[in-house]
Amino acid sequence: MNNPNPKTLYDKLWDTHFVGSRSDKGDLLYIDLHMVHEVTSPQAFEGLKIKGISPRRVDSIVATVDHNVPTTDRSEGLRGIKDTISRDQIQALQINCHDFGIDLIDLNDLNQGIVHVVGPEQGFTQPGMTIVCGDSHTSTHGAFGCLAMGIGTTEVEHVLATQCLVMSKQKNMRISINGPLKKNVFAKDLTMFLIGKIGTAGGTGHVIEYDGSTIESLSMEGRMTVCNMAIEAGARAGMIAPDQKTFDYLKSKPHTPKGNEYETALEYWKTFHSDENSNFDTVHNFFAEEIEPQVTWGTSPEMVIGVKDRIPSKEDYTSQTERNNFEAALDYMGLSAGDSLENYSLDQIFIGSCTNSRIEDLREAAEILDGNVISKKIKRAMIVPGSGLVKKQAEEEGLHETFISSGFEWREPGCSMCLGMNPDQLGEKERCASTSNRNFEGRQGHLGRTHLVSPAMAAAAALAGNFIDISS
Amino acid sequence: MNKSISNIFSGEAVFLDKANVDTDQIIPKQFLKSIKRTGFGPNLFDAWRYLDKGDLNSDNSKRKLNPDFILNHDLYKSCNILITRENFGCGSSREHAVWALTDYGFTTIIAPSFADIFKNNSYKNGLLLIEIDKEKIDEIFKQITEKKTINIEVDVHNQFIYLEKKKFPFELDDFKKKFLLDGIDEVGFTLQHQNKIEDFEKNYKKTVPWLFK
Repeated sequence: MNNPNPKTLYDKLWDTHFVGSRSDKGDLLYIDLHMVHEVTSPQAFEGLKIKGISPRRVDSIVATVDHNVPTTDRSEGLRGIKDTISRDQIQALQINCHDFGIDLIDLNDLNQGIVHVVGPEQGFTQPGMTIVCGDSHTSTHGAFGCLAMGIGTTEVEHVLATQCLVMSKQKNMRISINGPLKKNVFAKDLTMFLIGKIGTAGGTGHVIEYDGSTIESLSMEGRMTVCNMAIEAGARAGMIAPDQKTFDYLKSKPHTPKGNEYETALEYWKTFHSDENSNFDTVHNFFAEEIEPQVTWGTSPEMVIGVKDRIPSKEDYTSQTERNNFEAALDYMGLSAGDSLENYSLDQIFIGSCTNSRIEDLREAAEILDGNVISKKIKRAMIVPGSGLVKKQAEEEGLHETFISSGFEWREPGCSMCLGMNPDQLGEKERCASTSNRNFEGRQGHLGRTHLVSPAMAAAAALAGNFIDISS
Repeated sequence: MNKSISNIFSGEAVFLDKANVDTDQIIPKQFLKSIKRTGFGPNLFDAWRYLDKGDLNSDNSKRKLNPDFILNHDLYKSCNILITRENFGCGSSREHAVWALTDYGFTTIIAPSFADIFKNNSYKNGLLLIEIDKEKIDEIFKQITEKKTINIEVDVHNQFIYLEKKKFPFELDDFKKKFLLDGIDEVGFTLQHQNKIEDFEKNYKKTVPWLFK
C-alpha cells in the first residue's frame, strides 16, 4: 500500500524533535545530546553565570578537551601545558564543568579524544538523535542517522539553557553513490570527490542524506568520514540511514541502552530512514567507479583533483571572480597551472583529525607503510590518534610499531595539526599531505600549504616524498 | 542581551573582491584561545591585514600592515559596510568571526550568499547580512571601482538598500529581523515558551526513556 505521507530521514528527525514555534515564528527543535569542548564554550558558560541560570539537562551534555591539547607527553597534566593561554582555556572548561556538574572527559582520561571520535565510540551518539556541538564537524555523527549540526557559541548558551535550538527547517538533498570503489580509493576520496562536484556552497540551505550501494558498503568509520565533510559541501548536516552495521557497531558501546531497553531502542532506531517516494528538493547521482584517489591542490576543499589529473589552468574558469580565486590559490600554494602534483616535494605528513583518526584509518595507513621507511625529504610525519581508546587499540594491534619504525611520530590524541591551535603546526611555505578536512590559507600554520588526502595516500606520500598514484 | 541595530542607517562601503572567504581567514585560530567575546577587531583578517604573524600577545599597533590589503587603504579605513562575493563565512562555526567583524566596526555585510552557520551567528550578534544577486554585486563592484567610495543607506524595516539612487530589495526572516531590531535576549525570549518545552519533554521521555538518565 502506498504511504500517503512519505517522509525523508531528515523530516522524521525534525518532526520527532519539533517543540513548537515561538511567537516570532522561530522554530524550537529539541536537542538530545550536546557535546562541549574548550574553545567555543567559555563565553557560553559565562553568559549562563551572568544570567544566573543552570543547564537544563546536564545528563544531555558531554564535555572533553581536544582543540588546544598538546599531543606530546602529558604526564604533568594541565601544569605541563607550556602555552599559558591554552592552559587557561582548558582550565576554564574544567572549572565550568565542575561548577555546573557536567561530566568532563579530561586531559589524562583514557577516553579523552576528539569530540567527534569520542561521541560514537562511547555510544553517546545513537540513531534518531539531535546532536549539537560548537564545532562545524558535528555533521560527523550524522553517519548514525542523526541530525547533527555545528552551532555558534550563542547557540551553545541557548541549548544549555533551554535544551532547544532555534532554527528554520532546511531543504532535503539526496546524494546517491552506487557501485564498488576502486582499489585504494576510500571514503575520504569519495567525500572529497563529491565536494569537487557540487562545490563548497553546493549544500547550503540543505541537509544531505547520502545513500546508494557504495555508502552501504562503507564501514561506520568510513560513513563518519563522509558525513564529517558535509559541512565542506556547505551543508550544516550530513546523514546516512542506520542499518545492521550501525546497530552492530553500537551494541557493545558503554553508553548505549542494554538488555530489554536495547531491544526497544533498536525498534525505534529502525524507523529512521527515508520512506519510499519521499520528496527531496535536490538530488545528485554518482558512480563510485568515476572516483580516483583525490588530492586537493588549492585553498578550498572544492579545489580537488584525482592524483593523476593535472592542476587546472586559468582557462578552465569562466568568470573573473573564479579566475582571481584560482590565481590567488595557486600563488598561495606555490604551484604551476597545468602541472602534475607528483612534481612537488612534501615537507610534512599529518594523519589525524575528526575526519581520519579512527582505527580503520590507522590500519589503512599501516598497510601502505608495511615496514618501509619514509622519504628523507619529509621533515616530520606524525600520526595523532582520535582518542585514547583508538590509541590503545592501535597499540594492541601493533600498528604503532609499524608507524614508529617507518619514521612517524606516534602522538597523544587531539585535534592537533588539523587546525594548529596547539604547537603542532606547519612552518611558512611548508607543504603537507594531511588527512584533515580544510586546506584553507594558514589553517595548519601561518603560510602553510595543505593538501587534503586519505590516510593511505598520506602514507604513500610519506614513503615517496611526494604524491603518487596508489590506484594501480 | 543582543546589540540592537537601527531601523534605518547609512554607511561607507568597502569591497572585498574574494569568493568563499572562510572563517579561518576572518579570524585565525590563534585568537580563538581568548575566553572573551570582545577585542577581536584588531585581528580581523589578520593574515591578510598584517605582513607578520600575530597572536594574542602581539602589540598590533607595532605590527607591519600589508599595504595591498583593501581595509588598509586610507579611503576605506572607516567603512562600516562590507561588500563581498559568494559563500562568505564558510568553514568553521567559530562565532569569533562575527565578533571580529562587529568589533572592527562592520554593521552590515552584503554578498550573493553566506554560509549557514555564519548566518545564524550573525543575527545573534546584531550583524546584518544582506543577500543580493551576483549580477547586482557585479554592478556594485563596477561602481565602486569607478567612484572609489560609495555610500549605502539600509532600511531594515522595509528590507531595502539604497545605493546611488538605486533601490535593491533583500530578504530577511521575521524572527531574525525582530532580534536585529529589538536586540532581545534570546534565551529569555525562548524561556517564555518554557511550557511548550516541558510538555514536549514529558511526552518525548516516554518514547526514548534511555536518553534520560
